[in-house]
Amino acid sequence: MRGRIRFIGWFFTSLTGLSCLLIVVAVSIILGNIVHHGWDRLTWEFVSAEPRMGMTEGGIWPAIFGTIALVLLMTLAVVPLGVAAAVYLHEYAPQGSRLVHVVRLALQNLAGVPAIVFGLFGLGFFVQFAGGGIDRVFFSGSLVVGQPCILWASLTLAVLTLPTVVVATEEALRAVPRTYREAAYALGATKWQMIRRVVLPQSIGGILTGAILAVSRGAGEVAPILFTGAAYYLPYLPKRLNDQFMELGYHVYVLTTQAPDVEATKPILYSTVLVLLLVTFGLNFFAVLLRSRIRRRLRTT
Amino acid sequence: MPIIDILGFSVWYGGQRVLRDVTLDVRKGEILGIIGPAGAGKTSFLRSLNRLNDLVPGFRTEGAIKYHGVNLYRERIDVPTLRRRLGMVFATPAPLPASIYDNLVFGPRLMGRMKDLDTRIERCLRAAYLWDEVKDRLSLLAPSLSGGQQQRLCLARTLMLEPEALLLDEPCSGLDPISTAKVEEALTLLKAEVSVVLVTNNVMQSSRVADRTAFFLDGRMVECGPTRDLFVNPKEKMTLEYISGRFG
Repeated sequence: MRGRIRFIGWFFTSLTGLSCLLIVVAVSIILGNIVHHGWDRLTWEFVSAEPRMGMTEGGIWPAIFGTIALVLLMTLAVVPLGVAAAVYLHEYAPQGSRLVHVVRLALQNLAGVPAIVFGLFGLGFFVQFAGGGIDRVFFSGSLVVGQPCILWASLTLAVLTLPTVVVATEEALRAVPRTYREAAYALGATKWQMIRRVVLPQSIGGILTGAILAVSRGAGEVAPILFTGAAYYLPYLPKRLNDQFMELGYHVYVLTTQAPDVEATKPILYSTVLVLLLVTFGLNFFAVLLRSRIRRRLRTT
Repeated sequence: MPIIDILGFSVWYGGQRVLRDVTLDVRKGEILGIIGPAGAGKTSFLRSLNRLNDLVPGFRTEGAIKYHGVNLYRERIDVPTLRRRLGMVFATPAPLPASIYDNLVFGPRLMGRMKDLDTRIERCLRAAYLWDEVKDRLSLLAPSLSGGQQQRLCLARTLMLEPEALLLDEPCSGLDPISTAKVEEALTLLKAEVSVVLVTNNVMQSSRVADRTAFFLDGRMVECGPTRDLFVNPKEKMTLEYISGRFG
């Protein structure tokens, strides 16, 4: 009997431990493979020049720039919107009301929608409806924003990452102790003053964590930008919000399946994936750095 | 001359009645001690005075609380202003996670009254017996102070609002005897300028500092009178039993 109990303990310890090991191994193989194959071509020219010769030569700078610009625009859109929605849900809306329930349900569903559906939504809503409408009303029908471009692509990504930001912000708001809120009220704060001066500064860390998660998610998605602004091949950088752009994830997809000579682009493919990973890590690192700076500043004021 | 008149005041949280028909007044320049066992409704009473109970779901009242004749629960009033006039200090020290200085100027900042801040800060810190301990380190984080210092900071922070009355909810419950003595000394000096409503679990504290004492039990105000009368010659049997430590 005792032997059996001991065996079961040993068995489950090993089983759970092996699962963890499997994760580490999988990540190591993926990263190792990419670094091994992609390292050689990772030259200054590769990250600073535009693609040439049917994408078998040259670099991927337009795609790097496009990815960073896309993610930054997305962040600019999703953070204010997500924070505002979370503040309303958690602070203003009557708790347990039907409205809150419906909004929560909508957010959960939004988080479960496949990315490609966001792409189609972006095409239908942003590009054709919003862009087309703006063109008709303000530009008398000439094509200005009624086309796929970086603005609509970043807004589509913003819709995709909205649930992440809202949920993270709500968590952060919930974590602010009631004593702080009551102290602010007892000192004569209005509701908005209480939120502005106590709740938001206290939850800035959690809000930025949400932004970081959104950046990670957004930088890795290809499907939402397929029809809303990403370009197959564009040897110059987007200069205006209604320009199209190249993006690393999409570029990987193109190199794998659509390039004129798929075999010839294979080495470039590995390096591009490596750069995509580095850019994603870089954006994350930047966001984490920003968060710790803001936290430190809040602590000393 | 009463500044707050409480008339037949009752409170419910949902279906639960926590205050029954309380009639009491708070007078100018006095310390009104409120004693009673846990669950007697002391804190609910105190938090009704500055409408902090509004935040509790299911909160409902009957009767009236009149502040300078204005019925707080029946007339349109500016609640933030009310809460500044009746400054509250909580049982557990609640400094905001910011510097001592930022805690002190939190109220003035909300009102946009930033004139003569340094003199006001010194006056309020001195009144709360904290000045000597923190005068050189106002940029220190408030939560890193000791519990007793935090509570005196909260008192000073409330004094920065220049309130007409102080509502203190067991302000010494977590404090050592020396800190308690300092807070009590501060209160006796303050009452010349502000009225004080002092809810306390400590019967002796009320007998030491209060001018009048009210005894609460099971949501009722059992009796209220000059502190010496209540302690030497209580009218009700329950009061006698409570102050002599037979229950509670």
